[in-house]
Amino acid sequence: MASPESAVNGPTMTAGAASKSLRNAFGGVIAFIILVLIGVLAFSIRLFSVIKYESVIHEFDPYFNYRVTQFLSKNGIYDFWNWFDDRTWYPLGRVIGGTVYPGLTLTAGTIWKVVNSLNIPLSVETVCVFTAPIFSAFASWAAYLLTKEVKGPGAGLTAAALLAMVPSYISRSVAGSYDNEAVAIFALVFTFYLYIKTLNTGSLFYATLNALAYFYMVCSWGGYTFIINLIPMHVLLCIVTGRYSSRLYIAYAPLVVLGTLLASLVPVVGFNAVLTSEHFASFLVFIIIHVVALAYYIKGILSPKMFKVAVTLVVSVGLAVCCAVIAILIAVVASSPTKGWSGRSLTLLDPTYASKYIPIIASVSEHQPPTWPSYFMDINVLAFLVPAGIIACFMPLTDSSSFVILYIVTSVYFSGVMVRLMLVLAPAACILSGIALSEAFNVLTRSIKFQLPGIAGNPSIAVRMWRKENGSSTVVAPNDIPKTEEAAKEKPAKKNRKKEKENVEKKPTPSKTEKRLLVLPLEASVIAVLLLVLLGAFYVVHCVWAAAEAYSAPSIVLTSHSNDGGLHVFDDFREAYSWLSHNTDVDDKVASWWDYGYQTTAMANRTVLVDNNTWNNTHIATVGTAMSSPEKQAWEIFHSLDVKYVLVVFGGVVGYPSDDINKFLWMVRIGGGVFPHIKEPDYLRDGQYRIDAQATPTMLNCLMYKLSYFRFVETDGKGFDRVRRTEIGKKHFKLTHFEEVFTTHHWMVRIYKLKPQRNRIRGKTKKSKSSRSVSSKRDVRGKRNPWH
Amino acid sequence: MGRSSTVKETQALFQSLRSAYAATPNNLKIIDVYVGFAVLTAVIQVVYMAVVGSFPFNSFLSGVLSCIGTAVLAVCLRIQVNKDNKEFKDVAPERAFADFILCNLVLHLVIMNFMG
Repeated sequence: MASPESAVNGPTMTAGAASKSLRNAFGGVIAFIILVLIGVLAFSIRLFSVIKYESVIHEFDPYFNYRVTQFLSKNGIYDFWNWFDDRTWYPLGRVIGGTVYPGLTLTAGTIWKVVNSLNIPLSVETVCVFTAPIFSAFASWAAYLLTKEVKGPGAGLTAAALLAMVPSYISRSVAGSYDNEAVAIFALVFTFYLYIKTLNTGSLFYATLNALAYFYMVCSWGGYTFIINLIPMHVLLCIVTGRYSSRLYIAYAPLVVLGTLLASLVPVVGFNAVLTSEHFASFLVFIIIHVVALAYYIKGILSPKMFKVAVTLVVSVGLAVCCAVIAILIAVVASSPTKGWSGRSLTLLDPTYASKYIPIIASVSEHQPPTWPSYFMDINVLAFLVPAGIIACFMPLTDSSSFVILYIVTSVYFSGVMVRLMLVLAPAACILSGIALSEAFNVLTRSIKFQLPGIAGNPSIAVRMWRKENGSSTVVAPNDIPKTEEAAKEKPAKKNRKKEKENVEKKPTPSKTEKRLLVLPLEASVIAVLLLVLLGAFYVVHCVWAAAEAYSAPSIVLTSHSNDGGLHVFDDFREAYSWLSHNTDVDDKVASWWDYGYQTTAMANRTVLVDNNTWNNTHIATVGTAMSSPEKQAWEIFHSLDVKYVLVVFGGVVGYPSDDINKFLWMVRIGGGVFPHIKEPDYLRDGQYRIDAQATPTMLNCLMYKLSYFRFVETDGKGFDRVRRTEIGKKHFKLTHFEEVFTTHHWMVRIYKLKPQRNRIRGKTKKSKSSRSVSSKRDVRGKRNPWH
Repeated sequence: MGRSSTVKETQALFQSLRSAYAATPNNLKIIDVYVGFAVLTAVIQVVYMAVVGSFPFNSFLSGVLSCIGTAVLAVCLRIQVNKDNKEFKDVAPERAFADFILCNLVLHLVIMNFMG
């Protein structure tokens, strides 16, 4: 894990330029080989799901991205920009071109096009499945570049190796997880690298590249607001701590202007780039940095006495103007109810916001706060290397290391709000841990090198090392190599620099012992190095285990091990979708809970009512109300939306815990949030949702219960639900408005068809009968059901 | 008494500002004139928008941001070309100018795409 560069700071430096360049070249070659190996490692550790299952797209969201990429590859980019999708959110449709972040699909589409034009026949699915591992290799290289700018190549290689394996990043970028984060994390780290590079060099060229990388990030993920708020925060921090320099201006000002323009180019962001509160921080700091730059300029050209006069004049005038501007700004912002912030951003700032106001955001499992064990699961050993890295960043504190400290602090806060944002924490943790480990190895190996007993006679080396010890008697940064003007033996010195624990022999001179060095005792150093290597080994073992066991499940295919060790595969989802695509008409509408929308449109190719985009809360509430209502009312709701088939997921036979009965509480809550006749206490007994004999009659009569448990007693005679671990309450019942058309092999997906309306109505006409009963009911209940 | 002294101090302040500024080399003054012109154009556009209304908003935004963008880039060029800046003394002014041109090219490409 330690690179040869970390051993470079030993005292055996030579003054010869030729040997130094040769040594640098050799070190560069080794660094290059290590980087290639890190890229291969990052790619291969993510292939477990392909090996264990098959090369298939995972989860829910990637299916939508896959469908969009298919459309792009088939129809070209102009049709993609203008695509209006009418097979989802029936009858509203969805404007794909304006509501999707195009970075991922454009990247995969470009790769597919390039590869096919070179006559390598990869299908779109293969390209989509393997996009994430490729970009994780790029992300590791970007982390190397970023950490090299902050601390040096040794820390860079360590950080890259850590990022290649960190489980939190693996979880969102396995082969098959074709989601925005696969590309976005690479764009994030690369943008930060270019910002730091511009800050360190002050070159406008890197500032342009920085703006272009930021544009790629805006195209890829909604998390770009993190960048456009973190960088202004860092600029403000630099100004306040007195680190303003003209390089800071060059790094920040072009980025704001060019970045805002480029962000407005992306249709899904559009004018939000200048109108929403998420971007106001960047404009505010833009104004502040101009004021500061002007102040420094005037200070430079005036004498100090005159400058004091100028300051008093400006302060008195400027204060009045500032107050007026701020008052106007506050009035404008306060006039909007959410103060200009979007719902998701408000959830980040106030973690309790979503549960009070927007139940859909609160219902997504990725938006829950993480538990403490998930920190150890996701970043493992890095969790306690990060504080060491923070301390190492303070010695010495530069602009770039202050940026990294700010990055880790903000990402730790946000990761505490949402589990999903542990992903943003992962690169920061890897960078700081890389710095910490590299510094630790530096100190320890230097201690070992100083104290290895005896050199076989080279007094000049000894004297040179002695002088080095004088110069480097305190802990130094890796790149800090003190100069010496003494000519020395070049070849032994070169070899000494390359190997860390080589037996360097030196003759101890008596005067050496007079100067006390800050080195650790030899035995302690050796043991410490061994322990650090062991720590790294534990980290690697944990990462490989997490990648293989915990994060490789495609969740569209489930497996379990039977008693005799055989593997049993549950492929019910794909079975149901292929039944739908083969046995229904192309224009038939399928109603299900929004989780399965993307998969249904992508795999079954049928129109759905709601899908995972969840942009229309009322429509989702309609479906939720239908699932919570009795059969007749549910039939009427679905019939008014032209639905032909209803799909429910049921895990009671095999013990699959993520089925619709377990999600039922969200259907009730979301439906009840919009339609007040659905009241949650009607479904609760003693504050719990129950489906056994103690369940409320409303629960036993609702559509979800009936569709899930229809004919369930026929499986085992008693109706024992393996997930809820009880027998069900109502066992023998018939369906009056729906008929069952398909149940998969393990009863995991059940498809029902709406029965057509009866031609002949018995007795009085339906309308007068229902209106009279409703009017009598209305006097009693007081809450109106809009479908009667 | 105090009033006239502050007035006198202010006059002395402006006098010293003017004399210090007159000492800057000519090439920097040319850049400053360019920056002033760009900012003035931006102000004119904002006033026009306030009078006429902001539709189409993307054209207004691209116009204003192009002016502010070239102003910012010219300031960056001035920073890098200024001989008093010790951080940039090993950057050749030709290199600084080439970076300036490149960044302006990218900026105006984006502007032309966004203007609509």
